[in-house]
Amino acid sequence: MAWVNAIIQGVLTGGLYALFACGLSLMFGVMKVVNLAHGDLAVVAGYLAIGVITVTHIPVLWSFIIVVPVMAVLGYVLQRTLIQGALDRGVLTTLIVTFGLSIVIENGLLQFFTANSRAIGTGLPLVSGSFKVGSQIQIGYLLVIIFAVAVVVLLGLQYFLSASKYGRLIRAVADDKEAAQLAGADYRHVFGIAAAIAFATVALAGIFYGMYSQLSPTTGTDTILLFAFAAVVIGGLGSLWGTLLGGVVLGVAQQIGAQINISNEVLAGYIVFLAVLVLRPQGLTSRRTQS
Amino acid sequence: MSEPEGRGAAWTEERGTSDEGRRHVKAPRGERETQTPLLEVRDLVVYHGQLRALNDISLRVFPGEVYAIIGANGAGKSTLLRTIAGLNHPVTGTVLFDGEDVTRLRPEHRATRGIVMVPEGRRLFGSLSVQENLQVGATYARSGPWRIDRVYELFDWMRERRNQQTAQLSGGEQQAVAIGRALVANPRVLLLDELSLGLAPVVVQRIYGMLPQILATGLTVLLVEQDVSQALRVASRVHCLLEGSTTLEGEPGDLTPERVEAAYFGLGGTTAGDGSADGGNGGQPVPSAGHRPADAAPSADGGSEQLWPG
Repeated sequence: MAWVNAIIQGVLTGGLYALFACGLSLMFGVMKVVNLAHGDLAVVAGYLAIGVITVTHIPVLWSFIIVVPVMAVLGYVLQRTLIQGALDRGVLTTLIVTFGLSIVIENGLLQFFTANSRAIGTGLPLVSGSFKVGSQIQIGYLLVIIFAVAVVVLLGLQYFLSASKYGRLIRAVADDKEAAQLAGADYRHVFGIAAAIAFATVALAGIFYGMYSQLSPTTGTDTILLFAFAAVVIGGLGSLWGTLLGGVVLGVAQQIGAQINISNEVLAGYIVFLAVLVLRPQGLTSRRTQS
Repeated sequence: MSEPEGRGAAWTEERGTSDEGRRHVKAPRGERETQTPLLEVRDLVVYHGQLRALNDISLRVFPGEVYAIIGANGAGKSTLLRTIAGLNHPVTGTVLFDGEDVTRLRPEHRATRGIVMVPEGRRLFGSLSVQENLQVGATYARSGPWRIDRVYELFDWMRERRNQQTAQLSGGEQQAVAIGRALVANPRVLLLDELSLGLAPVVVQRIYGMLPQILATGLTVLLVEQDVSQALRVASRVHCLLEGSTTLEGEPGDLTPERVEAAYFGLGGTTAGDGSADGGNGGQPVPSAGHRPADAAPSADGGSEQLWPG
């Protein structure tokens, strides 16, 4: 029964990882940017939520409505300025620039918020509570909510990309930005929209992570970015549903590792990650199968 | 080759381009003279790194024309078209569209003004369906006669295969989608880059056979074609490039096969005799006279190919 519990917990944690990973995957798939500041941006969103809640005393859930759009706008602006500037100098430059951005964010957070870790206290019984299935399986409402949100976000993203005008443009620009220009599309603007979406998803993930666990200035690179990378690689680069599968596989591997020995939790995840890299480098879902 | 009435009559006047005595371009016919060009390129110089890809190219395209740029591989034809579309950037020279200087405009802004290119190699969006490719083309369209439905009427097979991925189409079908994607933007001038590349002759014929229907909607066409006979068949005006320089410009009816061949391959010897026999009515002297071996012609054209149609 303990194993079943581990698997259930792993699957649900996978939703959170997928939420982290889908923005990373989108930015790589559309503009070939590996955003090394991705995890730090999640932490920024979490701290923003803490700040907004502390200052305005609004209910926790309202912080999503403020922070997610703010991060989306930040994503558009950063893409149009810093990241596009790096892209114009070559794809590898974006690695250096986003790495620099990551360092700046981390040290900025350390400067203003100290190294203490913080959590976003919800105070809501629905969020902090849990329910029991049988005698040994205890499932937190929050993880269920996060998993459900992740699925809804992925469904929404899938629908947006396949059916909307801008979704079509995003796919077109990802295929061939020069041909898109010839069709009258300003690919920089389309990149900005893709970045806005990626930042919105990572903001969502960052706030949820603050509720689920604790945030510190270094959480972005030492936990979130690595887990997001692992989920993307396991699932398959550029594949939306692959990130969910990757997140779930990573989550389950971690929980099973923890079940064997609690110190093996993170290690087990990376062993699966390396195994996928060696045995199936294109990821569990290859890009071909995606629409 | 059928010729409109009055072809073959000599040019009414001879005129050098404004600032360069060394180039003599034939004066336009009377009908051209009265109009203002829709698209004008002045003294364009484009580099690919160290290589001077285009050397002082000038041309004027008038409304309703089919203007063909011919030349061998590497002559700079595609570079010229890409520069007009805004994908390549000239060192000097200007591109004027409807009197407006568009030299510094981005490709997408030229497209929305009405300069739309069908790029070499088709460049369809591979992960999009046929219909989605057309929808992207229509996203920033000008208002005009072309809509997706009209493209489906032009290419009657396309409607029922609109949900297929473009990778499942044949080369000719992909080319048709690429043309459709450009048409739904309602261009004023349509740039066609090497439509025939990699396609079977029958398919090429069929695609060029659509040209009259496209022109009937009031478009102007500027096309690049390596297949000279094809270009001469459809064009109202021909411009030959050789190693980035203009070697010949004129109307197909006024050009002898020998002169076109000479301009295409850079065979200076034959041009000299031919040019004088023509009474010097504007045949452009070939710059690399005598320096270019005959076997420098691209193998794709085959040494024995008949350049002249019919």
